[in-house]
This record gives sequence, C-alpha cells and structure tokens, in this order.
Amino acid sequence: MSTQTADETDEFEFDESAVKRKRQLGKVFLGLCFAATMVGVVALIALLYDVVSEAWGWLTWEFLTYPPSQIVEHYNPANYGNLPTGPGGMYPMIIGSIYLITLTAIFTLFLGVGAAIYLEEYAPENLLTRFIEANISNLAGVPSIVYGLLGLAVFVRAMQTGASLIAGALTLTLLILPIVIVQSQESLRAVPDSMRQASYGTGATKWQTIRNVILPEAVPGIMTGIILSLSRAIGETAPILMVGAATTLFAPPSLTDPTGPFGAMPMQIFEWAKLPEENFQHVAAAGIVVLLTLLLLMNAVAIYIRNKYDPRG
Amino acid sequence: MSTDTEPMDLSRDGNDVGTIGDRLARYIFFACAFVTVATTLAIIVVLVDGAIDFFAQVSFLEFFTETNWSPRAADNPSFGVLPLVWGTLMITVGAALIAVPVGTLTAIYLSEYADPRVRKVAKPTLEILAGIPTIVYGFFAVSFITPYLQVLGENVAFMPVPGTFNAVAGAIVVGIMIIPMVSSISEDAMSSVPDSLRNAAYGLGATKFEVSTQVVLPASLSGILAAYVLAISRAIGETMAVTLAAGALPQMTRNPFEEIQTMTAYMVEIGTGDASVGSIGYQSLFAIGLTLFVMTFLMNVFSMWIRSRYREEYQ
Repeated sequence: MSTQTADETDEFEFDESAVKRKRQLGKVFLGLCFAATMVGVVALIALLYDVVSEAWGWLTWEFLTYPPSQIVEHYNPANYGNLPTGPGGMYPMIIGSIYLITLTAIFTLFLGVGAAIYLEEYAPENLLTRFIEANISNLAGVPSIVYGLLGLAVFVRAMQTGASLIAGALTLTLLILPIVIVQSQESLRAVPDSMRQASYGTGATKWQTIRNVILPEAVPGIMTGIILSLSRAIGETAPILMVGAATTLFAPPSLTDPTGPFGAMPMQIFEWAKLPEENFQHVAAAGIVVLLTLLLLMNAVAIYIRNKYDPRG
Repeated sequence: MSTDTEPMDLSRDGNDVGTIGDRLARYIFFACAFVTVATTLAIIVVLVDGAIDFFAQVSFLEFFTETNWSPRAADNPSFGVLPLVWGTLMITVGAALIAVPVGTLTAIYLSEYADPRVRKVAKPTLEILAGIPTIVYGFFAVSFITPYLQVLGENVAFMPVPGTFNAVAGAIVVGIMIIPMVSSISEDAMSSVPDSLRNAAYGLGATKFEVSTQVVLPASLSGILAAYVLAISRAIGETMAVTLAAGALPQMTRNPFEEIQTMTAYMVEIGTGDASVGSIGYQSLFAIGLTLFVMTFLMNVFSMWIRSRYREEYQ
C-alpha cells in the first residue's frame, strides 16, 4: 500500500489510504459514542437488577401493611409464623409519603400555577419581572438540603409547626416550585394568542379570559409538569431529613391533623440502608422497590395525560 | 360603545378593568410569584443569621484555613472546614471525570448518529436515570459498586482494597447520576445547530466524524459548557448518595479509596443527630449550608452567564 500523501502536490490526488484511515477513525469514534450511551443504559439496568434481586423474597404483603421494627428477623418472611409482635413493614411511611405528596400537590397547584399566570399573562416587561424570572432559575439550582435547612429554621422553629407533616409538605413545595412554575409557563405560552383575542372580542375581562379560555387549554400541560415534579419530590430525602421526618414510626400521620410527626419512605429507606446488619440491605431494597413503583405509577399517569391531550398526538 | 379615542390594545394587557374580582386576581397571582423571591430572601436570611452565631465563636480564619474538622469534640473542638470541602471536591472531580466524557459522547451519538428509533428509546431511558431518587443511588453504591471495587482491589495489582465507605464509589454513582444532565442539555445544544452548517462541511468533503467534532461541537460549545457547570453544581450539592457511600470521616486524604466526608454528608450527620438549638453543632449547620449555597449559587450564575455570553444566534 502506498503511503504518499496528497500534500506533496497541489493537484488533487485521490489517496485511498487516507480515506481508509478516516473511515476507520469514524468507525472508532462511532463505537466510542455508542459505548458511552450504553454506559447510562447499562448503569440503569444494573441498578434495577441490584435493587430487585436484593428485595426478592423480602417484599411481601405484610411488608406493605405492618409498621417497622428494630429487629431484622421481623422482616424475614420465613419468620412470620413465630412472631409475637407481628411482621415488620413500612405501612406508616407509605401512608406518610402519600399524605406528604397530597399536601405538597395542593400547595404547589395554587402557588405554582398562580405564579406562572402572573408571569405569563400579567407581568409587565420590566426589571422586576426579569429579576423574578432570573431568581426562579437560580432557585432551581439550590441544593435540596439547603431547602431542608430553610424548612427547619422557618417552619419547624420560627412558625413552631414542629417536625410535622405540614412542615415537610411546605418545604417540598418550595423545593419543586421553581420547576413547576417554569413548566406551567411553557404550557400557558403554548395557548395561541388568537384564543385570547377571541375571548376579549366577546367582551370578556382578563380574569374571565384566563379562567374560561386559557386555563382549560393549558391544564393538561400543567398537570403533567406538576405530577412529574411531585414524583421527584416523593423521592427527596435530604429536605425531609433536615425538617425531622421520623423513622420507626408505628402509626401513619393523620391528614386531618397535619401538625403531628410523620414518617416518609425515603427517610425510612435511609435508616435501613445505613444499618450495619447485612440483612437490612434486603429490607432497604424492598422499600426502594415500593418507592420506585409509586414513582413509576406517577410518571405513567403524567405520560398518559400528556399523550391523551397532546394535540400533536 | 364607540368613542373617539384610540381602541384599547388588548393583545397582551387584556381587559383588566372589570370587577373587584378582576383586580384582586392580579394581586393574588403577583403574590404567588413573589413567594419565589421571598424564598430566596428567606434562604439568605436563615443561612446568614445562623452563620453569624457560628462566626461569633469561630474565626473566619480558622474556618477557612484550618485542616481539622471535629466540631463536637468534647475538649478542644476544631472548626477547619477544608476537609469537608476537600471531600466534596474529590466526589465532584471524580463525578465530572465520568459524566463529562460519557455525557458528551452520548449527546453526540444521540444528536448526530442515532437512528430516530434508537433515539426514541435511548433518550427516555437516560431520563429515567435522572428521575431515580438519590437515596437509591446511595444504596446502589453500597450494595453493588463498593463490593465490586473490593473484589477488584483484591485481584488487581497496585489497587488498594477500598473499605465499606470510600470516595470512589460515591464519585461513581454521582457521576452516573449527572450523566443525563450533561447529555440532555448538550444534546439540545447540538440539535439546535442548523443543518446548513453540517451540509456546508459535507460539501467540503468532511466526514461525519469531522462534522461532529469540528463543526457541531464548537458551534454548540456554550450550551455544552453550561451543561458541565450545572452538572458539577449538582454534584457539589448532592447529599444522600455521598452520605451512604463515601462515609463520615472528614480527612484530607489523597487516596480516593479511603473514607471521607462531604459538606452535605456532615449536614445529614447533624440533621439526624440530636444537636440542640444554640449548640455549636447546630450553628455549624448554617455555616456549612451558607458555604454550600454560595458555591452552588456562583456556579449556577456562571452557567447562565456562559449561556448568554457565548450563545450563537442562528436564523
């Protein structure tokens, strides 16, 4: 094979080996890029395999319906028959997480959508508006544990709610608010201006237009954004840990009295995962499977809403 | 209804002159938006207020220059934050070493090479990674990665056997966790490079490899750099995975197979402990929180600045 190169002469000369080298370089690069993409996919598969295989056999109906226990034998299905106190599980934490997310959803719905409506429909183009928007994108980058510190100082201590369901929900609300606002803004922006004009043309006021025309049109997008944000919030550990979520709580919190102590799934999983006894790894994994299942369900609902109402099909 | 004056322009401002309810709505919505500003103010006030109490007892100089962090030692406690910052840096650098190359190559593959059908599967799969709670990554590190590292350490020459808690496992999971952040923002930036640039390069005889690395990559550089900075900022603030995987021993070791402690992991240690209000342990929470907040805030602002400063405008 000749190794002469094209730059020896000014005239164009087809150099087969250079083309071949370039082709090989291209193939190597493509292989590298594909391998990199596979790193993420393989990591995900390894993670799910690890969690499910550790949880296998430990995730039972009793695990879902009984309060936790300090003793690892109580979680092992093989021992269920001879336990005086009943099996160990994470029932209070499952209910706690669901209540926590319910309250967070209510707060987020009002604050997030309200703020998005102001920014998209009312806000004049001035310095204050630009400041608010820059501030929102900054808040989205604040570490979640800092929100926990905020919740601890403002809700738990200053407002004296104690380490309660309401303190946890308010903290999570502030945490996901920036994301919810940005996504709601996008949904509102997608409502065509012609619909606003048509409404004003019939003599409707601004509030009537928002209420009757813009919001109904934007609701599917807003709902999708809120559910996805809530599914992020349900897995957050650091903020509820700082606020003081309880572990080994034997009764679920009450939604009618949100000032009592609460336990939530991620915090309980953290407690189990850091225990030295090997078998607690299985218990933590079983908890993770429950958490991920709930998360998956919420995501499925969000995708269903998006597909059902997306005009592009 | 007709008057001689100019017709009202309702296109954006709308008819906001109706009943009391109409006017009230505006103020209620403004209040909602203002909650976000109040949140920022509250974060700053809470952190600074707590930190002032802390620095009334500990000098700035000691905090930022001493290399020993043992705030709750019964006799002679010391408050040098550097070991915690060092631990955080180890995790962050390690995570970036994984996420930056992997995320960038993934973005190139998805944006330039992948068949639409492959992209349709690969993209949401990577997004699932971003949605997994960080506590699960911590569990994954302890129950999967660390045992594998230990097996490797026993069998590979010159590689130390890591302990139950080590910085490497923490860095690996945090790296995996931020891959989707790097890849999805970078891919958006690459996809927005207009095809005319690619076609021009092809017209000159460039190969796909040359187009990807010498045309698309430089053209989308601002978006890619902004993604790196954001991902690194996320790694600095990451909490649960490093608390479980990297341990609770603040030390300035250069060996990544040893146990360390990050700033966030220290905050968890105090948060789950029983530090009473007013104790130096409780106050140190706010000093560390403020340090963390300032670090991530500067990085987020830097990321936004890169984006706006070097943004290429394409018609």
